[in-house]
Amino acid sequence: MSLPARVATLVIAFLAVVAGGIFVALHYIGSQPPVEDYTSVASNGQVNVTLMTTPETTVTNKPDWVSYFIKNPQSGQFVHTTYFKVPADTQVNVTILGYDGCTPLRNPYWGRVTGTFTQSGQKDAEDVSIFDGKKYGPVTSVSTFDSWANCSVQHTFAIPSLGLNVPVASPPTVAENNALCAAGPCVGAGDDEGNAPHSVVTFSFRTPKDGGIFRWQCFVPCGGGYVDGNGGPMGTLGYMMGQMEVQA
Amino acid sequence: MAAEASTPAAGERRDGLWLLVTWLVLSIIGCLLVALVWGPHMPPGADSNTARSQQVDITVLGVIATPVVIGILLYFGWAIAFWRQKPGDETDAAPIHGNTKIQALWITATSAIVLALAVYGTVELIAPAGAGAGQGPQPIFNRGIPAAASLTSWSPNTNNVLQIQVIGQQWAFTYRYPQFGGFETTELVLPVNTPVRFNVTSLDVIHDFWAYQLGVKADANPGVNNVAYTTPTHTGQFTVRCDELCGIWHGAMYDYGQVMTVSGFMNWAHTTETQLAAVTAMLPPYAETYDPTVIAKVGKVNEELGLTSAGGGYYNPADPEQP
Repeated sequence: MSLPARVATLVIAFLAVVAGGIFVALHYIGSQPPVEDYTSVASNGQVNVTLMTTPETTVTNKPDWVSYFIKNPQSGQFVHTTYFKVPADTQVNVTILGYDGCTPLRNPYWGRVTGTFTQSGQKDAEDVSIFDGKKYGPVTSVSTFDSWANCSVQHTFAIPSLGLNVPVASPPTVAENNALCAAGPCVGAGDDEGNAPHSVVTFSFRTPKDGGIFRWQCFVPCGGGYVDGNGGPMGTLGYMMGQMEVQA
Repeated sequence: MAAEASTPAAGERRDGLWLLVTWLVLSIIGCLLVALVWGPHMPPGADSNTARSQQVDITVLGVIATPVVIGILLYFGWAIAFWRQKPGDETDAAPIHGNTKIQALWITATSAIVLALAVYGTVELIAPAGAGAGQGPQPIFNRGIPAAASLTSWSPNTNNVLQIQVIGQQWAFTYRYPQFGGFETTELVLPVNTPVRFNVTSLDVIHDFWAYQLGVKADANPGVNNVAYTTPTHTGQFTVRCDELCGIWHGAMYDYGQVMTVSGFMNWAHTTETQLAAVTAMLPPYAETYDPTVIAKVGKVNEELGLTSAGGGYYNPADPEQP
C-alpha cells in the first residue's frame, strides 16, 4: 500500500472512531426524555399541568418500573417523560393522577406539604380525592400525611430548590392497593377514564420570575429490587425524577 | 548546588552568593505577601472559628512553601539565563562531585521543615477548632468543647452546646433540632458566636455535609453519628453542599444556611417548632442514627400490605436488580 493510501486509511479510521464516540455520547449519555411544552397553552397568568404515577411502565423496556407520565397539552395523551416546560411568573395548577399503591416514606418529614396552595387558597396544602374503582370520594384539603400510620402516600413530587414538596396521596385500603392499574399510562386522554383505584391530587404553585431549570424528584425510595430503593427508576431520568424548565 | 560542585572559579562563587541573596530577598517579600495580603483571602474564609483555623493553617503552609517554590524557580531561571551552553562551546560540563556541607544542610533543613509541620499539624489537630477536637464518630480528644448538658432544651449563653442533627438522604439535607422539640426542617439556621455541635448521619447512602464558609465537613454515613463542631462568628448566608458522590442528583444536593443573631435564632426556632408541630409528631423519636427498616408503629393497612420494612426501608441488598 502506498504512503498516501496508508495515511488516508489511518485518517479515515481515526475519524470513524471519533464519530463513533460522538454518537455514543450524544445518543446514550446526552439523550433526555421529550419535553412537554406548556408555555403555549398558558393563559391569564395560569397554566394547567397534568402528571400521572403508574406502578408499571409497560410502554418501555422496563415494564416493572414505577414511573411518572406527563400529559401532552396538545394531544391530551400521556407521554412517558418527566420533563416539562412552563412560563415564568405563572401560577401552575398541577393535577397528579396517582395510580400507584402506598409506600411508607423513608423520612416521615416529607409527608408535609410545602410551597403550594389549594384552589380555596389554603397554603401548604393539596386537594385530594380518591377513586376507589367505582366512584370518586369527596375532595379534602390535606397538609400533612402520616405515611407510617396510614396507607396514605405513594410517591412525592418535590422541587427542592423552590421549597415545594407534595406527597402524592394513595388509595388507602388493602382492596384498592390489590387492584392497581397494571399498565402504564393508566388512562387515555380523559383524566377520568381510568377505572383502577387512584388518587387525584391537585395543587398550585407559582413559578419564579426568572427562568431556569429546576430538578424535581420523588422522595420515596421506590426503586423496588435495588439497593436502598434508590436505583432503577429512582436513578434514571424519565421515571421518578425530572426537570421543570421555566421560560422567562 | 551545581555551581558550587563544579570546578571552582571566581564567577561561580559570585553566582552562589547572588543566588542566596536574591532568594532571601524574594522569599521575605513572598512570605510577607502570602501572609499579609493573600492569607486573609484564603479559603474557606473566616466566618467561624473552624474556618478561621483552616485559613490560618493554609496560610502557614503557603508561607512555608513560598521559599521552596521561589528557590526552585529562581535556580531554574538562573540556570537558563547564565549557565546555558554558549554558541560554539561543545565542551563537556564540569563533573559533579559530592559536597558534604550542602548534603548535610539539605538533610537538616528538609528534616526540620517536615518535623516542624508534623508538630504543627498535631497541635492544630488537637486544638479546640481542629479536626480532632472531639469530632468524628469516635473522638479521642475532647478539648475546648462545652458539655451537652441537655438534649431537650437550650438557651443562649449557657454551657449547653446547641445540637443540630444533619440528615442526608437522596438528594437533600434535612436538619433536626432536638433541643427545640426535635423538629425537622430543610432550613439550617445557626446563632452567631455560639458553639454548635453537628450530629451528621444518613438515611441511605454515604453523603458528606460540607458547610463551606463555616469550614465544617463531615461524612454522613448510614448508621453512624459523625460529630463536628463550629462557632459561627459572622451573620450571613453560607453554602451547604454534599461532597460525596451519592447518585444522579448529587450535583444538585446543595442548599444555603443562615447565621443570624441569637435573638433572631431563638425567634426562628420557637416559631418553626410551633409551625412544624404536626409533622414533628410523626417523626421517630430523636436518636443519633435511624434505621429506616424499623418503623415503630406501622399502620394496620401498611402491615396487611406487607409494607412494614419495604417501601420506606432498605430493599434487600441481596436482591439487586441491575439495569
